[in-house]
Amino acid sequence: MSTVIEVTDVSKAYQLGQINTGTLSTDLHRWWALKRGKEDPFLRIGETNDRTTASEGNVVWSLKDINFNIHEGDSVGIIGRNGAGKSTLLKLMSRITEPTTGKIKIKGKIASLLEVGTGFHPELSGRDNIFLNGAILGMKKAEIKQKFDEIVDFSGVERYIDTPVKRYSSGMYVRLAFAVAAHLDSEILIVDEVLAVGDAEFQNKCLSKMNELGHKSGRTIIFVSHNMTAIKALCTTSLYLNKGNMISYDSTSQIIQEYLTSSSPVISSDGIIPSDSSLHGTGDARFVKILTINQNKTFEKNFHFGDKILLEIEIDVFKELLDVILGVHILTVYGEKLAMIIPDQNYKPSSFSEGRHRMTIGLNDRLMPGEYSFSLTISYLYTGQDIDVVENVSNITISKDSVDTNLQYPWPTVHGYFQPNADWEISKL
Amino acid sequence: MTEIEENDWDIVIEKKKSLLDLQLKQVWEYRDLLVLFVRRDFVSFYKQTILGPVWFFIQPVFTTIIYLFLFRNLAKLSTDEIPGPLFYISGITIWSYFSETLLKTSNVLRDNAGIFGKVYFPRLIMPLSIACSGLFKFGVQLSLLALIMLYYVLLGGGLDVPWQIVFFPFLVIIISLQALGIGMLVSALASKYRDLALLLGFGLQLLMFASPIVYPLSSLSGTFKILISVNPLTGIIETVRYCLFRHGTVDPIVLLYSIFFTIGSFLLGIIVYNRTERSFVDTV
Repeated sequence: MSTVIEVTDVSKAYQLGQINTGTLSTDLHRWWALKRGKEDPFLRIGETNDRTTASEGNVVWSLKDINFNIHEGDSVGIIGRNGAGKSTLLKLMSRITEPTTGKIKIKGKIASLLEVGTGFHPELSGRDNIFLNGAILGMKKAEIKQKFDEIVDFSGVERYIDTPVKRYSSGMYVRLAFAVAAHLDSEILIVDEVLAVGDAEFQNKCLSKMNELGHKSGRTIIFVSHNMTAIKALCTTSLYLNKGNMISYDSTSQIIQEYLTSSSPVISSDGIIPSDSSLHGTGDARFVKILTINQNKTFEKNFHFGDKILLEIEIDVFKELLDVILGVHILTVYGEKLAMIIPDQNYKPSSFSEGRHRMTIGLNDRLMPGEYSFSLTISYLYTGQDIDVVENVSNITISKDSVDTNLQYPWPTVHGYFQPNADWEISKL
Repeated sequence: MTEIEENDWDIVIEKKKSLLDLQLKQVWEYRDLLVLFVRRDFVSFYKQTILGPVWFFIQPVFTTIIYLFLFRNLAKLSTDEIPGPLFYISGITIWSYFSETLLKTSNVLRDNAGIFGKVYFPRLIMPLSIACSGLFKFGVQLSLLALIMLYYVLLGGGLDVPWQIVFFPFLVIIISLQALGIGMLVSALASKYRDLALLLGFGLQLLMFASPIVYPLSSLSGTFKILISVNPLTGIIETVRYCLFRHGTVDPIVLLYSIFFTIGSFLLGIIVYNRTERSFVDTV
């Protein structure tokens, strides 16, 4: 197999503060301030950013010395936390922006799908948009014409093909857009997290289409996603980025393990969440502590099947919060969200006064034997804005054996992840 | 694994150094996209309107009527022995093509930041599609001009169309290149200083009166004539009028100046635009 993408010593620097001040007047203002020996009045921008403190001055290396090769027919996943440089890498490979140093060499026709429906015009019909979008993505008119029926068929919006897309539901819109992209006739396909849209059925359709493109027609695929299940299903090899550095490039299962272990904040037995583990959020509140405790009210990481699991979470609230939604996700080892625990079954929002609050959650459903972790979210109800998000904390293990001799988990394999609390009546008819 | 020779790569992405690497071959490969953009502009222009493409005619017709009243009847400005309606409508058509192309091109980077940040295609396609869309509209409006000309030729009014009309297309190309060149230059600079875009929007209104649109150059003399001739559009517009109606002040020096200005501004515009386009998505 030959190499189709060769990335050598690629780095990308972004400047903070210096650029994009907008108008001549701000530039003049700054020039005048500097002239008088004062500090740059606009340099403060972004300096509280965690990622900035690690860099020198006001240059942020979004990517640093990246080297890798991709062979023909490979499906490569790119994994990393927010801000790891995944999007930047995709943008560089898609020729949207150029690297500060280094070279990327590509052999063959490349198409990238960083967003579904780029360039769709709301006033134009579905038919016109297929042509427009196809051409934007690099297809020739003749190619689109040839594949037109196939695209329409895949999208499943035949009936509305001559209706302006502004009348489409968002689902139809996405279907049509993905259908165009899925029929790109390129040797290399770059896909960003576009699968996060659409309903489950359509997501499956997209995944299997990408699988088909990758495995059957030997296309080279580069795929970025937070969805470990999708990455696992699609990609044979993966690239793990962290803070702009390439951590490793290996088989997908290896990388996923590595990612999940290294990306989960280390929580000691006191349950304190390190302050740098917050993924994003407004910062109006911060999760400070999470403890998994057993029935004896002591810290526990290893539970037996059937044990009641209690979570003790503490949050620092910096200003009064009204109408916020709290959620605790139970995650599998692959980072899939299994379920969300909420304070009120009817999604009634919570309110917090300023100060530290403690919440205790008792999990009534039984988790099947295996490894799990949790992620914590607090967000505003009306704007949907996240206040604080901590992912993948507090790993716990549920073992097959139980302290209660009457309750054993009898099967060697996992039947799903948890046992719902259900009523089952049997009556003879 | 086979060794790949350096020249086997189709695309090499690195920090580009050459100023003149304009990727015209790529632009040619994406010509279908250009056509589709033009089609999009045209179709979306008249979508959900009752009159549809008739709108292309409404603007020049009504503006001509107003100008006839305002500048000829009220201000008694000369129209250079050209019938009033012809004089104004030719000026208006050319001016609106020039100013719309320039204005839209000057916003091209900002207006398309979203699309440019998500997908690659030669960025030059966008300004080109603006010029082509404008040209399309211009063509439609020209048919109106042609109709009025036909009226004057056939039904008296003594219009005598000179053979120099064959140069008309070249003049249109010069106008397009000038609008594109200045537009791309402003667009690149306005991505950093938005003041320029605002200035242009306002400046264009004034520039119209500094061009021989509502008056002929022949009605001026002395310093004013020289000042107006400094406007690179002046030579072109006067030449256009000469080529169409045999009346217009064609001064070879003024015309040559206009042509050189056009070539210069187009080259500068395209280079600066290409330069900016590369780093533009990082700063926006």
